[in-house]
Amino acid sequence: MESKIAAVAMKNITKTFGSVVANEKVNLEINRGEILALLGENGSGKTTLMNMLSGIYYPDEGQIFINGKEEVIASPKDAYRLGIGMVHQHFKLIDVFTAAENITLGQKGKLNIKAATAKIKEICDKYGFDVDPNKKIYDMSVSEKQTVEIVKVLYRGADILILDEPTAVLTPQETEKLFHVMRNMKEDGKAIIIITHKMHEVEAISDRVAVLRKGQYIGDMMTKDTNATEMTNMMVGRTVSLNIKRNKPVDPKPRIKVENLTVKNEEGVVKLDNVSFTANSGEILGIAGISGCGQKELLEAIAGLQKTESGSVTFISDEKTTELLGLDPRKIADMGVTLSFVPEDRLGMGLVGNMDITNNMLLRSFRKGKTIFADRKAPRELAENIVEDLEVVTPGITTPVRRLSGGNVQKVLVGREISSAPTVLLTAYAVRGLDINSAYTIYDLINEQKEKGVAVIFVGEDLDVLLELSDRILVLCGGKVSGIVDGPTADKNQVGMMMTQIGGQNNG
Amino acid sequence: MIDLVTFIPRAVVQGIPLLYGCTGEILTEKSGNLNLGIPGVMYVGAISGVIGSFFYEQSCGGNVNGFLAVSIPMLCSLLGSLIMGLIYCFLTVTLRANQNVTGLAMTTFGVGFGNFFGGSLIKLSGSEVPSIALSATSSYFSKSLPFAGKLGVFGKLFLSYGFLAYLAIVIAIVCSYVIKKTRVGLHLRAVGESPNTADAAGINVIRYKYVSTCLGCMIAGLGGLYYVMDYACGVWSNDAFGDRGWLAIALVIFTIWRPNVGIFSSILFGGLYILYLYIPTGMDHMELKEIYKMIPYVVTLIVLILTSMRNKRENQPPASLGLGYFREER
Repeated sequence: MESKIAAVAMKNITKTFGSVVANEKVNLEINRGEILALLGENGSGKTTLMNMLSGIYYPDEGQIFINGKEEVIASPKDAYRLGIGMVHQHFKLIDVFTAAENITLGQKGKLNIKAATAKIKEICDKYGFDVDPNKKIYDMSVSEKQTVEIVKVLYRGADILILDEPTAVLTPQETEKLFHVMRNMKEDGKAIIIITHKMHEVEAISDRVAVLRKGQYIGDMMTKDTNATEMTNMMVGRTVSLNIKRNKPVDPKPRIKVENLTVKNEEGVVKLDNVSFTANSGEILGIAGISGCGQKELLEAIAGLQKTESGSVTFISDEKTTELLGLDPRKIADMGVTLSFVPEDRLGMGLVGNMDITNNMLLRSFRKGKTIFADRKAPRELAENIVEDLEVVTPGITTPVRRLSGGNVQKVLVGREISSAPTVLLTAYAVRGLDINSAYTIYDLINEQKEKGVAVIFVGEDLDVLLELSDRILVLCGGKVSGIVDGPTADKNQVGMMMTQIGGQNNG
Repeated sequence: MIDLVTFIPRAVVQGIPLLYGCTGEILTEKSGNLNLGIPGVMYVGAISGVIGSFFYEQSCGGNVNGFLAVSIPMLCSLLGSLIMGLIYCFLTVTLRANQNVTGLAMTTFGVGFGNFFGGSLIKLSGSEVPSIALSATSSYFSKSLPFAGKLGVFGKLFLSYGFLAYLAIVIAIVCSYVIKKTRVGLHLRAVGESPNTADAAGINVIRYKYVSTCLGCMIAGLGGLYYVMDYACGVWSNDAFGDRGWLAIALVIFTIWRPNVGIFSSILFGGLYILYLYIPTGMDHMELKEIYKMIPYVVTLIVLILTSMRNKRENQPPASLGLGYFREER
């Protein structure tokens, strides 16, 4: 590198929200042609720090130097002027606009979509993006939307890019594509900061890692000189074991039997095709598959929330067997079948954003009790327990859930579902966007349930985790069962192949 | 059979106030503000024009100058509805009050305001009937082109209206173009769809909301002015404007937020509004008239059902319609 001047240097940055210190005397540097991974637990101040760089927040103290010159970034406009662009975790796109309209939004001058389209094409060719400028956002997949966000930032001439958890909702293939583009941008001399919780991604993409803990800057190191355990220990501040325990299932008995289940969605597209499997008590059945392959429909069908075309779902308890299809969701829930589904927007299902933690607990229990008044004492205790056990960062249990950070919202949801003492626990993307420490807390909770004899169906995104946690893995491919493999002996490549092809054979 | 050559011009003059109201409300709703105060704004626009014209006629004592006779009521009308728009924006955008409640309050207020000052003017003029006639200024508003009468059916259908009718159509076309084709329009739609996104893209959300809502109110107010000065020939009587303001809001849904569609649909609605006068029902079946009066609303309901069924994203209302915006809210 010809110059030693850092593209961005943040010095002694402090930011407080009321009495909460989000960042305290943070120092951070990033050079051109470098990918920096910013690590930290949920609520450690990563996003806040980056929001100060992109002009959404304004620091209370400290200085920001861009290319060696001290700058004041008071608004997103200032950030763009300095060539800083941020891709937010929640996309800032307008659904009914085309990609080109979104990309040119906020620019000055006469509206000329044709010229803009040409410039977008040029950017796409340069870095290897694949974007149709005339496609509407609502027709796009998550990964396409993200590409539009990145192109938007580049279109505005940014050479310092911030990506906030870009891979949280991407499939492994899409992630690889993104990394390819990021490497191209790095070659082009851009400075890139990526926030992610997935350690293998940090190792795959970044040149350097910087760690934040509870708002403080802990240190940085070259990625090639470190490993996942060391990075996690730095993040958490104590030694964490990165092994998921997997005890052998004790006395597994069939609990849920799904036979020839077929589900069509509203448009008549087959989402589940003749799916059959058995989930046993005291066992974790992992479900692997590229996102949108019928995982959601499967869980919802079992929970009674999804209309089915044909097939049966049988609940087998010690005394009798019950057909679940056609039963009222509430009846199914009363039998101990609980569903915790963490959607892409986290708040979409299961929690009410404007209600506090206690009231959200009440959503599950308000039918209990004999009087017309709801019992508030039990939910309050439960809320307190969840906050304490799962280390939910919140000013108190009376805070509306929507004010909590994403990871903390999730802990509340998963905590509530697990606490209802289920016999069958259906969980999807339980650790989506959670930091590694919280994720392991959730894994422990799930394991605890398994040991109590609960039949756990665990839909996951991270194949490594699925392989470590599950006793058996059901692989879905386009709504069909591609195969069921034994967890402890499964091979990652084999499962990956099965995700894209039925049975995993090339000639199949 | 209905005589179309007399019916269509009547439908047009009925439709023009609706078109003003509709265009104004579309512009407002595109910024994400659901202004249910439009009926009130149109009342205020009308009475403000009447006040201006009344005092102008009083002061010049019969010697009416054509330019002043038109510009004074127009300026008064625009000013009146601008103030209504500013009140609405201050309450909903700056203070983030609930838009529905604010809008309904503005309507109640506007109607009351109109009737109060209307009543006062009637008293001032010492008129014997409960209305005031401003025929001198009104004649300038309803003046059509001098050769219109000589052109037969064509002249009657297209050239027999006062200038405000043509202005309404021009405004609707300009609004359509601006919303659809220009950068300002793109930004305005962005604000109405997702103020968060617009803000992050460096668009001044507050300014867009204020400007479009105030402009929308001023356009809607002109509808009230047209009604009293041209359609009613300068005769103000309390409550005569009726429920046309609500019909204008219904039109917004009918046109699926497109001012250019509004030109034809407002004339259609104008026709439906007076259709009962043209269908012979006889004296024993007065109740049928009441049923015919329902037609515009029934049509709106049907359109609502159809647009929801088609479920095309472009035909849905702006996504943040009716919601307040505050940058630091999560």
